[in-house]
Amino acid sequence: MHNETWDPTRAAEIIAGLTHKEGPTLVILHALQEAFGYVPAAAEPMVAQALNLSRAEIHGVLTFYPDFRREPPGRHVLKLCRAEACQAAGGDALAARIENRLGVGFGATTADGAVTLEPIYCLGLCATAPAAMLDDRVIGRLDASRLDALMAEAQR
Amino acid sequence: MSIRIFIPRDSGALAVGADEVAAELSRVAHERDVSLDLVRPGSRGLYWLEPMLEVETQAGRVAFGPTTIADVPSILEAILSDGDHPLKLGLTEQIPWLKRQTRLTFVRCGIVDPRSIDDYRAHGGYKGLERALKLSSNAIIDDVVKSGLRGRGGAGFPTGTKWRTVAQAGRGQKYICCNADEGDSGTFADRMLMEGDPFMVIEGMTIAGIAVGATKGYIYIRSEYPHAVEAMNAAIEAARRTGYLGDHICHSTDSFDIEVRVGAGAYICGEETSMLESLEGKRGTVRAKPPLPAHKGLFGRPTVINNVLTFSAVPYILDGGAQAYADCGMGRSRGTKPIQLGGNVKHGGLFEVAFGITLGELIDDIGGGTLSGRPVRAVQVGGPLGAYFPRALFDTPFDYEAFAARSGMVGHGGVVVFDDTVDMAKQARFAMEFCAIESCGKCTPCRIGSTRGAETVDRIIAGDKPAANIAVLEDLCNTMKFGSLCALGGLAPIPVLSALTHFPEDFGLAPRRLQAAE
Ligand SMILES: Cc1cc2nc3c(=O)[nH]c(=O)nc-3n(C[C@H](O)[C@H](O)[C@H](O)COP(=O)(O)O)c2cc1C
Ligand code: SF4
Ligand code: FES
Repeated sequence: MHNETWDPTRAAEIIAGLTHKEGPTLVILHALQEAFGYVPAAAEPMVAQALNLSRAEIHGVLTFYPDFRREPPGRHVLKLCRAEACQAAGGDALAARIENRLGVGFGATTADGAVTLEPIYCLGLCATAPAAMLDDRVIGRLDASRLDALMAEAQR
Repeated sequence: MSIRIFIPRDSGALAVGADEVAAELSRVAHERDVSLDLVRPGSRGLYWLEPMLEVETQAGRVAFGPTTIADVPSILEAILSDGDHPLKLGLTEQIPWLKRQTRLTFVRCGIVDPRSIDDYRAHGGYKGLERALKLSSNAIIDDVVKSGLRGRGGAGFPTGTKWRTVAQAGRGQKYICCNADEGDSGTFADRMLMEGDPFMVIEGMTIAGIAVGATKGYIYIRSEYPHAVEAMNAAIEAARRTGYLGDHICHSTDSFDIEVRVGAGAYICGEETSMLESLEGKRGTVRAKPPLPAHKGLFGRPTVINNVLTFSAVPYILDGGAQAYADCGMGRSRGTKPIQLGGNVKHGGLFEVAFGITLGELIDDIGGGTLSGRPVRAVQVGGPLGAYFPRALFDTPFDYEAFAARSGMVGHGGVVVFDDTVDMAKQARFAMEFCAIESCGKCTPCRIGSTRGAETVDRIIAGDKPAANIAVLEDLCNTMKFGSLCALGGLAPIPVLSALTHFPEDFGLAPRRLQAAE
């Protein structure tokens, strides 16, 4: 994942390009995160002002949705499905294996900044469970060895 | 002469290596100087055979699967020489698993190129819209009513009735919202359709727009589905370019356009009013009803909200099939239901069939039992809020009312299979935990009750006063059921209580003899 470094001018540009939409808040937050990898606190008043909303409202939206990050992620984001079909296919053991190998729990980034590990609740790959997503790539039929290869790739 | 080969672009196929197989095929074909016409359709839904490669022959498409890059040279050899191959499955349409289905909604999925509007039209696409453009609003809605179509998103509300309400809700701005949040675990039919036949979703929404007098549609897709987002955006652009979306569609007086909106990881945004809040740019909290979205929906305007599969059933119904559609099914559950088999199952995938098939037929015959080869112990139907069924209830037919009669639900048609290593107390705990994670926070029973529920199950598992704690759990479930504004808190007790009722031994209780479940 290649994110731009935070730049208020660039952020203002992104915001201005989307304010004409109906109900644009989520669209803008997604676009900011797409560009910078997260939505920094400095962006909140900018979005609020552009949409004529209070900063608290924007903050409320930002914190309600699990997708939005307020800190930069690791170089790679590894999401493992923790929902029922993946549980049925052995997903819990894989989750324990990842936490153990990466040395972090779900929701955290490894100390070297390589991998952010996140839970996800169903990728719609339940017929080829257990499933995961590394950055934008989907992976199914995970087992211990495929998972290890995936972790090695993420840690590079 | 060039050979025409199909390798799915569906994310379920990509997840098991379809892109790699496609790249290797191009490489090998080039090396051998074979001219190749490579098409990337959606998936046929036979996921245990993915990546499944199909080649066009005089007799029809012939399938090979599940393929790996190592198989590519020998498969190409077998194709060129019309010889045998260990992975050769014969004519795709004759594969029994596919042949047993009644595909009305998934009729083109896995067959057409989802990026080609010409291909869609060549396979009967846009016939429903063409007919709708000649009909009055009333006549379109009459057809939908006559088909008996009920919402496929979960609750099963009659679609025609909903459309009629919006059509009659005066003039001015109205909206069509397609619910593509598909948050239920074990479900992937919406995703498959958006990736494999996106023009059908567009056609269904467009017909709805014409029927109720709405000119703007939104499709709210969950962010977990980036491939579906891409496919829908590409299809919308193609439809606009060819005059199927935008001003004066197909040179008529009707105008309609669609925009994709992406969710942000909140399960509750699948609930319709919460989805509206999210579309408006707010936190996805649930609105109290009334007013119904049909009267006051998006931005306070009359709004039709339907699931992807509901809209997708409409083109077939309009194309002269209202009666044919109604003729399938059982009781008040008409038409077909795309059922999704997942989890620990040998033959997992998408199985579209008329309502009425039993759970046992699905699991044992069609699914082939578990992938692990161990006995099936429990099956969860209808997503994280659906009941866990034991083998003793496998005679339950797929029908909204029959499932409800056994304290379960059909929901979006997800069927998740577990073998005998499953710990049902742990599953009950997960149901509570999931509700705690995903609660929108508006009502106390849901927000707090779910956390207390998980703690109580923990105590039961630890053997701490089990009888007393089970009483607490049951009481908590009742409070959630009756004190919650929406079905997240209201239905979360279902998986918990079903686990407790059907699998008491996992909670340290003596097995109860299963009551005849009526
Ligand atoms: C907690 C909760 C989650 C829901 N999730 C979805 C969903 O992901 N997709 C969906 O179509 N409907 C979902 N629904 C049902 C919708 O509220 C609504 O009934 C449905 O979209 C209406 O469309 P239909 O009539 O075509 O089924 C959910 C309901 C609840 C209470
Ligand atoms: S039941 Fe839960 S999710 Fe539904 S409105 Fe109440 S708090 Fe929100
Ligand atoms: S439950 Fe894991 S992909 Fe659906």
